[in-house]
Amino acid sequence: MRGVRKSFGATAALAGVDLRVAGGEVLALVGENGAGKSTLMKVLAGVVRPDAGAMLLDGRPYEPRSPRDARAAGVAMIHQELALAPHLTVADNILLGVEPTRAGFIRAAASREAARAALGQLGRADISPDAVVAGLSIADRQVVEIARAVAVGCRVLVLDEPTSSLTSEDVRHLEALVKRLRGQGHAIVFISHVLEEVRSFADRVTVIRDGATVGGGAVGALSNAQIVEWMVGRAVTELYPRSPRTPGAAVLEISGVAGQRLPESASLVLHRGEVLGIAGLVGAGRTELVRAVFGLDPVRRGTVRVAAETGTAAPARRWAQGVGMVSEDRKAEGLALNLSIADNLTLSRLSGLGPAGLVLAGRQAAASQRWIEPLQIKCRDVSQPVAALSGGNQQKVAVARLLHHDVDVLLLDEPTRGIDVGAKARIYALIDELATQGRAILLVSSHVPELLGVCDRVAVMCRGRLGPARLVGEIDEHSLMQEAIGHE
Amino acid sequence: MTPWQRRLGPLAGLGLVVLLFAVLRPGQFATSGNLEIMLLQTAVVATAALGMTLVIASGGIDLSVGAQIALATVTLATLLARGWSPAAALLATIAGGAACGCLIGGLVTGLRLPPFIVTLGMWGGLRGLAKGLSGETMVVAPTTWLNDLLTALPPDRRWLLVPSGVWLTLLLAVAVAVLLQATRLGRHILATGSNESTARLCGVSVDRTKLTVYALASALAAVAGILQYAYLTVGDPTTALGMELDIIAAVVIGGASLSGGRGSVAGTLVGAMIMTAVANGCTKLDLPNWVQEIVTGVIIVSAVALDRFRRDDE
Repeated sequence: MRGVRKSFGATAALAGVDLRVAGGEVLALVGENGAGKSTLMKVLAGVVRPDAGAMLLDGRPYEPRSPRDARAAGVAMIHQELALAPHLTVADNILLGVEPTRAGFIRAAASREAARAALGQLGRADISPDAVVAGLSIADRQVVEIARAVAVGCRVLVLDEPTSSLTSEDVRHLEALVKRLRGQGHAIVFISHVLEEVRSFADRVTVIRDGATVGGGAVGALSNAQIVEWMVGRAVTELYPRSPRTPGAAVLEISGVAGQRLPESASLVLHRGEVLGIAGLVGAGRTELVRAVFGLDPVRRGTVRVAAETGTAAPARRWAQGVGMVSEDRKAEGLALNLSIADNLTLSRLSGLGPAGLVLAGRQAAASQRWIEPLQIKCRDVSQPVAALSGGNQQKVAVARLLHHDVDVLLLDEPTRGIDVGAKARIYALIDELATQGRAILLVSSHVPELLGVCDRVAVMCRGRLGPARLVGEIDEHSLMQEAIGHE
Repeated sequence: MTPWQRRLGPLAGLGLVVLLFAVLRPGQFATSGNLEIMLLQTAVVATAALGMTLVIASGGIDLSVGAQIALATVTLATLLARGWSPAAALLATIAGGAACGCLIGGLVTGLRLPPFIVTLGMWGGLRGLAKGLSGETMVVAPTTWLNDLLTALPPDRRWLLVPSGVWLTLLLAVAVAVLLQATRLGRHILATGSNESTARLCGVSVDRTKLTVYALASALAAVAGILQYAYLTVGDPTTALGMELDIIAAVVIGGASLSGGRGSVAGTLVGAMIMTAVANGCTKLDLPNWVQEIVTGVIIVSAVALDRFRRDDE
């Protein structure tokens, strides 16, 4: 790939990526969340077409128009969320779309044989072609998905964060499998941000940041520090106002909290007048921690104390205690999109909008209107459905709900994900105002400059474990990123 | 398009249907006598559709409402035949309906089953229960004031304008409209239907909301059953067969979204009236039954399609 570019509207998702991978080689592609990896993969797989640049496969132009095209040319993607039909058998899945048939009927024996051959090529003849996929482990399903690519003769395999849902033992098995494929002459692109894995899996590494290739080379010749510097090397701008403030009394104390699966152990103390950040990679367990604290997911172990009350509580109780949460997924959870701005904004606290269980439309509109101006929410009026707003304005409505509720503790999970710079700046300014008023803010973010710009202290979560919170003056992007990828 | 203009959509549709039949059958369709008959014919469907509006707004569905109506006619007739006072029999029938609703709501929230499946089971189960209770025959009960709910008014009570059962439906409609549009419970119902995760995030007790919705809806279905008894003057375990589809159609024509989060009581009433007007008008035009069925089908699909187009314009 040479100089590949792709823009969505005014934002350039890819601004010139160069990438080369040879047969019999494993290339690691690394970059922060949002660096453009997924767009790059979509271009490679034919899901989106590039605006500029050239792609060559075996020296010939490669211009896939669809994932089907890409597969036919020999390029296969193995996504994080596996694309298997769980109710069908292993053989059905491996040969899906290329079933051997005679007069329209599936030749069962032949398809079983072809499946067995593909699995054998991966050294996994132990997986039965007749097994139903739903009964397999995640790791084995991944093998089936790779077998599907191998069975149709794909020569280039792209593995998108294949280790994110595997146990450490499964990761070792996958490593053996990847090396076996390399030995058979396949070209493999391995996407990860765990540096240890990059080192053990890959021969070369390419780093992308802000949609462009910023560095790369043979894995053995590069230090972790060099790779991390390429990943994060970005100037922190003056996007982040910070008023002088002193933290007050502890208002939220979490000790040894473990969730259903994640986190494994998390402890922190949040004070009034403080912004505490939680850094970490996607999948480290940060969202799960916030959800457990807010009562959306069960707490398996540990205690949560809000002001003077200890113990787990349902979301309704948390709201009553003066705790509010903004969900990381504003479309699926944060907002009811086809309801009005006013309904969304006031949903957690409808009391006080009329006598005895009534909600008077006029009072509800007035209560919502109060926040339109200060948050600069661009809308026709508060009866407009939230779906009609831009992402940034939707997010402002989600945050305004906490202001309407007048909460003391704000749990903000990725509050600036996918919103424009103007809306981000408004939310940063708001966080600063609220902290200065003596409210406590817990900010989960994958964007390190944001954490360093907004927070007073930052703790890092790595594979379900939350590290100690450190003052922002004592840390930098390097040390945070190193801690996040589990490398001291 | 403002919300007001959108609400007027179904009403304009009703106006069109009435105008059409009035022109095609001058002096027979648009008379006060025929209007009264149409209101009588609509009351049962409309009352049950009020409950269905709540269910659909909360993101659910109730396929068993026809069976619930039949069960209510049988329960009421049986109790009256055993010598219960009309008032006591009426209250017991409504309580029985609410109990059915609690069962449905309990299965939906407790076992996390889709409402479609639960009420499909109830569609058979409650119908069977009605047949068992009645011994698979009509249940004849002594005539009481309950029978006057849905009979044409005698001259000495013309001051009522329409039969008391119709007034009952209208009164309940106002109550349900206020509940849905202007109470905390109403907002919780709409939020649950629009996005259950958001409702949960905002501290709404989603399970309790759903349970309340099904209990209310089935109580309203029992009231519809009482009106149906008044209309039939007997308890009939096989009555209202397939009526659940008319009821759902009325709600959907009225502008509710089957995926939840949207529903209008006024729209539902208009939707129910459109269905009756078409049936009545076709009869007045001496059109065979099959024409009427086709026309009804076309109206259901085109009403929802029109609503979709208007919405996409926004």
